[in-house]
Amino acid sequence: MENIQHRFGAYIKIHWKTIVFLGVVLITIGLLDQFVDSYIRRLLNLCAIYTIISLGMNLVNGFTGQFSLGQAGFMAVGAYTVAIFTVPIEARATIFYLAPMTPLLANIQLPFIVALLLGGLVSAGFAFLIGGPCLRLRGDYLAIATLGFSEIIRIVFTNTQTITNGALGIKSIPTITSLWWTYGIAIIIIVLMILLINSSYGRAFKSIREDEIAAEAMGVGLFKTKMTSFMIGAFFTGIGGGLFAALLGTVDPKQFYFTLTYNFLLIIVLGGLGSISGTVIASFVVTLGQEWLRFLDEPMAFGLDLPIFRPGLRMVVFSALLMVVVLFYRKGLMGTNELTWDFIGKKIKVIKSKFNRKKSASQGGDNK
Amino acid sequence: MVVGMTLETFLQQLINGLSIGSLYALIAIGYTMVYGILRLINFAHGDIFMMAAYFTYFGIAVFFLPWYVTFFITIVLTILLGVGIERFAYRPLRDAPKTSLLISAIGVSFLLENLATYLFSGKPQAFPNFPLMTNPINFGSLTVQPVSILIPIVTFFIMIGLLFLINHTKVGMAMRAVSVDYDTAKLMGIKINGVISSTFAIGSGLAAVGAILWCMKYPSVLPLMGVVIGLKCFIAAVIGGIGNVKGAVLGGLILGFSEVLMVAFFPALTGYRDAVAFIILIIILLFLPNGLLGKKQVEKV
Repeated sequence: MENIQHRFGAYIKIHWKTIVFLGVVLITIGLLDQFVDSYIRRLLNLCAIYTIISLGMNLVNGFTGQFSLGQAGFMAVGAYTVAIFTVPIEARATIFYLAPMTPLLANIQLPFIVALLLGGLVSAGFAFLIGGPCLRLRGDYLAIATLGFSEIIRIVFTNTQTITNGALGIKSIPTITSLWWTYGIAIIIIVLMILLINSSYGRAFKSIREDEIAAEAMGVGLFKTKMTSFMIGAFFTGIGGGLFAALLGTVDPKQFYFTLTYNFLLIIVLGGLGSISGTVIASFVVTLGQEWLRFLDEPMAFGLDLPIFRPGLRMVVFSALLMVVVLFYRKGLMGTNELTWDFIGKKIKVIKSKFNRKKSASQGGDNK
Repeated sequence: MVVGMTLETFLQQLINGLSIGSLYALIAIGYTMVYGILRLINFAHGDIFMMAAYFTYFGIAVFFLPWYVTFFITIVLTILLGVGIERFAYRPLRDAPKTSLLISAIGVSFLLENLATYLFSGKPQAFPNFPLMTNPINFGSLTVQPVSILIPIVTFFIMIGLLFLINHTKVGMAMRAVSVDYDTAKLMGIKINGVISSTFAIGSGLAAVGAILWCMKYPSVLPLMGVVIGLKCFIAAVIGGIGNVKGAVLGGLILGFSEVLMVAFFPALTGYRDAVAFIILIIILLFLPNGLLGKKQVEKV
């Protein structure tokens, strides 16, 4: 008993800053949930969802060094699972008015959280199917196969009228209305990621990223480890997709066009391939930035009729940003570092010493 | 099964498959050559093809240039685009990790798509008709568009020319050397950058020819047209064995025939036409990971 108490005390002592920080975050969410309007709430929800999905992508692309581009597809799987299993049974006849829902699914309604987890699991199942042939081979085939998967899953969802309602999509999905759902799940997934990356699995992932042959020589089972990472990544993405469906209240195949994946690619590249905190920061920067830069798409941005402002400019800016980051700041915001208290302390020290040096130099100059 | 498919319709489908397969082959050659030398999936290749289609469209439908001038300008501009992309987006990352190079390629592709949407609008533009090429002619009971016959012929001669270039010229020898062993080739005094630039020039030039022929057969251009075509053609290159020009042509033809024949025999599956390529990819990766004509690759420490 004393031992446990002692360990608990030590834990608090080491992590008190983190615990305080987490408390501040929770209080902020609570306050925001009370006071912001629905537009800001939706935006903040989107930030959390993008964080979840980008973490799933960074686990595979950043930590394990396998190049997967299937985010839109895995998201679609999660989103459709939630949509199919949470739409109220009474509403289904009006939604599926072209062709009725298949009797196998028509009378099943699951609680949101069960459907969400199911979406993640189905997503991971698809990852298993794609990973089988691709992960054994050279890494770059995975990029094509996953990109292909996200295209095929869209084609399949457009054609399976009795399950997904085809191109019409599924409407009136019960929506989540508070920030607690998205931020709660985002925090859980961040914690899971941290635990995973610092476990022996995490070290195995990173060893594959650094050198496959050396990792294999050290006894890391390449295929199994890559598959684990790929499936966990897909699971997170499926969960994110499910939340996305419940945020918008409607899903249709066009939402999951593969260009959506490039959004997440920008996030993880900007945040740093292999950094959890970088991904979180970049998710907020990119999501809020895309909203903020909407004026670029409007012809009358500055009250003048400037011909360069018209729809499409915003995405040009974002794709150019991706190029700039890759070419000139290859490490992104964080590289493979994490925003720990030590890291912040070190940075502050560096800035302080620079500042002091400048000061003493200028003082030295004055004395002469 | 389709009831009452006659020999004529079957032959017609075969010609269709041959012409679309040849188009795939032209674009697949660009993928296979770049992969052979840089070990990079040039994600931007499909979008280079798309830009070439727009160049042709602008030359003919907007500036009303004669067709031969347009084709010449298209090919020159596309080559410049391809070589420029290599110079500014890939060369600075020559010594960077593979992932950065791949992300850069995706970035270029994303940028070209968005630029095209921004500059030319996201709406599909109708490409003018070439009466000489598209008015069907009759062979007995077969009706065929002349362009469907022109495409395989052009592809055939290009492949012959390219094989000659690769096997019997100095540049070709340098290309083969670089693709076998990058570092040794460099030590032997081969100008790597020149070789890589000429590879991109050839690949982009073929994409331009492919785009011109594509626009004659399917007269519509839009900013995202290069994406699915690009993916399919990369898969064609993988089917044939990546890094192998003959393989790319073979893969393109196999893909073209499979698509056309699937739609002909199973009309109910028409919606899944674009999925055929990926199913073939999965099968090939499972059973013949080096493709039909590829050599086994051994990874060295």
